[in-house]
Amino acid sequence: MDFELSADDLALQSGIVELCRGRFTMDRIRASEETGALDQEMWSELVDAGVFSLRLPEDEGGVGLGCTQAVLVFEQLGRALVPGPLVATHLGADFGLTGIVGMVDRDVSPLLVEHLDSLDRLLILAPDGVWVCDADDVQGGQVDAFLDPLTPLYAAASLPKGQLLASDGAGMKLRGAALTAAYQVGIATAVTERAVAYAKERRQFDRPIGSFQAVKHICADMLVRAEVARAAVYAAGVILDDPSAGDETRAVVAAQLLANEAAVANGKACVQVHGGMGFTWEVDVHLFLKRAALLATHFGSNDERAETMAAFL
Amino acid sequence: MDLRYSESEERFRAELRAWLLNVLPALPPKPSGEEWHARRTYDTTWQRMLFEAGYAGIDWPRAVGGREATPAEQLIFLEETERAGAPYVGVNFVGLLHAGPTLVAEGSDEQKARFLPKILRGEEVWCQCFSEPNAGSDLASLQTKAVRDGDHYVVNGQKIWTSFAHVADYGELLVRTDADAPKHEGITWLILPMDAPGIEVRPMRTIAGSREFSEVFFNDVRVPVANRVGDENDGWRIAMVTFSFERGTAFVSELLSSLRMLERLADLARKIPRADGTAWDDAGIRRDLGHLAADFDALWALTKRNVTQAARGTGVPGLGGSVFKLHYTEARHRMGDLAMRLLDRSSLSLEDQETAEHVRGWLHAMSMTIAAGTSQVQRNIVGERILGLPKER
Ligand SMILES: Cc1cc2nc3c(=O)[nH]c(=O)nc-3n(C[C@H](O)[C@H](O)[C@H](O)COP(=O)(O)OP(=O)(O)OC[C@H]3O[C@@H](n4cnc5c(N)ncnc54)[C@H](O)[C@@H]3O)c2cc1C
Repeated sequence: MDFELSADDLALQSGIVELCRGRFTMDRIRASEETGALDQEMWSELVDAGVFSLRLPEDEGGVGLGCTQAVLVFEQLGRALVPGPLVATHLGADFGLTGIVGMVDRDVSPLLVEHLDSLDRLLILAPDGVWVCDADDVQGGQVDAFLDPLTPLYAAASLPKGQLLASDGAGMKLRGAALTAAYQVGIATAVTERAVAYAKERRQFDRPIGSFQAVKHICADMLVRAEVARAAVYAAGVILDDPSAGDETRAVVAAQLLANEAAVANGKACVQVHGGMGFTWEVDVHLFLKRAALLATHFGSNDERAETMAAFL
Repeated sequence: MDLRYSESEERFRAELRAWLLNVLPALPPKPSGEEWHARRTYDTTWQRMLFEAGYAGIDWPRAVGGREATPAEQLIFLEETERAGAPYVGVNFVGLLHAGPTLVAEGSDEQKARFLPKILRGEEVWCQCFSEPNAGSDLASLQTKAVRDGDHYVVNGQKIWTSFAHVADYGELLVRTDADAPKHEGITWLILPMDAPGIEVRPMRTIAGSREFSEVFFNDVRVPVANRVGDENDGWRIAMVTFSFERGTAFVSELLSSLRMLERLADLARKIPRADGTAWDDAGIRRDLGHLAADFDALWALTKRNVTQAARGTGVPGLGGSVFKLHYTEARHRMGDLAMRLLDRSSLSLEDQETAEHVRGWLHAMSMTIAAGTSQVQRNIVGERILGLPKER
């Protein structure tokens, strides 16, 4: 047992941090805010970086890494708030799907498809397995007003049946949930960093607001939530690669439950620390919070996750 | 990152499990709450058994008689002793978990040779005489005074909330040796023999009704200069080392027993009648129980990260302990509140063992966010030392 990043993991992590910092700047990410369309060039940079082929064997053009490493990558994508159906496209690669792949749960209403206009293919999660259809075959009208400015939504009346990819989608859902949780930990971390930076620089009553305990303790709680969730998410990644190290469902569900909470609670706390500026559209904080709220609905709700955990007791 | 136990670690687990299976049935029944001398005997007997089997000081260096187990083996030790229902560290808490480790890190060779083996063998029990009536969170303002007289210090003053003082042989003692220096620079760390003339120990009752801590009064108590750990007036730095062990590792040993307690609470929920079923039929109750399972699982994962980091670093636990303590103690508050909600009026009578365990857990949780640095102080530490936010004032 050695539950710290290995030298290879650290190299991978700093590579992706570098990529995000250099290429996926907030200005560039926010540029698509008006159109809502995915930045195709950014997407091909993600493809080139191996974000989607990370876990594919090398002889299939992949990088041959595991979920342990994939969570590290998705954490950093979340920290940079890289938009798009990242998890779905990554999962689609396991079935040989290429292009931009979205995902929707057939049984969840309202039936809202994220990024439909930008998609090539759509994964459909259903009780009888995982299906796929061409995005063009989905009839959906864009929703005029939607919560996350970087995730346009489309309302679909129904979905085509599609082709069956796998009759048991459980493993895929667990991988997707773990990567989503990793992205949420990235968000929880990014907003903590932003709150702390602002608390050091913003002055009131002739001193930095971060010197006030009322503010400092908000920041401390943000760090605690992020760190606890991070430990759970890393454990989930490792256990998915090596089920002998724990129960996969228990590990992933606990991780996603805590990561969702950390991302949303930290997003809100970050707004509070920023005061009135935090409530402006101009400051980036709301984009993190809104993505966190959106991702918290993926692969079931936190109420369902808490129920799943109770069943282990 | 790797959570798998190696073959040699699994062998360690198998040997430990077999040993526990063999020795635990022979152990006398655990004495009840307030029989302090019997409890001391019980806890030190167990420590002696661990020592003879080679399991004492599991994380201590080999050079001082410890087992120097790998981080994984330390966690296996916690898992297996909890699983087998083995005794908890009990009155050996201070000696094993922070006084001993402080001496390992900062003590002289003579002090190590004199004190460490007796802690390991369960022959001597320690307590911590740090807090004073007017120096709790602001510990550095402590006033208990020590004046040099030849090769002794003469100590006068008072300590308070000293856990296990009434059964301890030695104490970690912080005294003021320079009243004129800035408050952090006039403190010295001494090894206090609890049987020295002039010490009076007056037990106090806790809100749980137990007499586990005391007031300790000092009237011209003579402590040999040879008992000083570190230099005169360098005691604050040594105290920080003590704290890093106390906060970094001491609470971890309870985590698994908290998870077992949660399982028992879930069993209780399945039995408590409500409307036309049981409390378990209430989705709100189930979700709160499930959420706590996620919290404890995540804290166990965090522990694995913290012990790996400590093993890779200097051997002294880092600030991860504050993060752990903040979340763990908050979760214990939630678990206690949930138990009280479930028990409702049954919580009022403490006759039933099972009920009493959960009600005491609810009370005990309140001490956890106070002892070893309150949650507010921990948040200051996280805010200032991890996040780099400026100090107040
Ligand atoms: C069960 C138990 C066992 C203990 N065992 C021992 C022991 O063995 N040895 C020993 O030496 N001590 C022991 N203690 C004492 C413990 O370390 C102190 O109680 C603790 O450090 C708090 O100090 P205090 O009680 O003086 O509270 P205070 O410091 O007076 O705090 C009162 C309140 O004010 C808050 N506060 C204080 N300062 C600040 C600040 N700077 N910022 C924000 N809030 C602040 C606190 O968080 C708390 O809520 C024990 C305590 C308990 C409950």
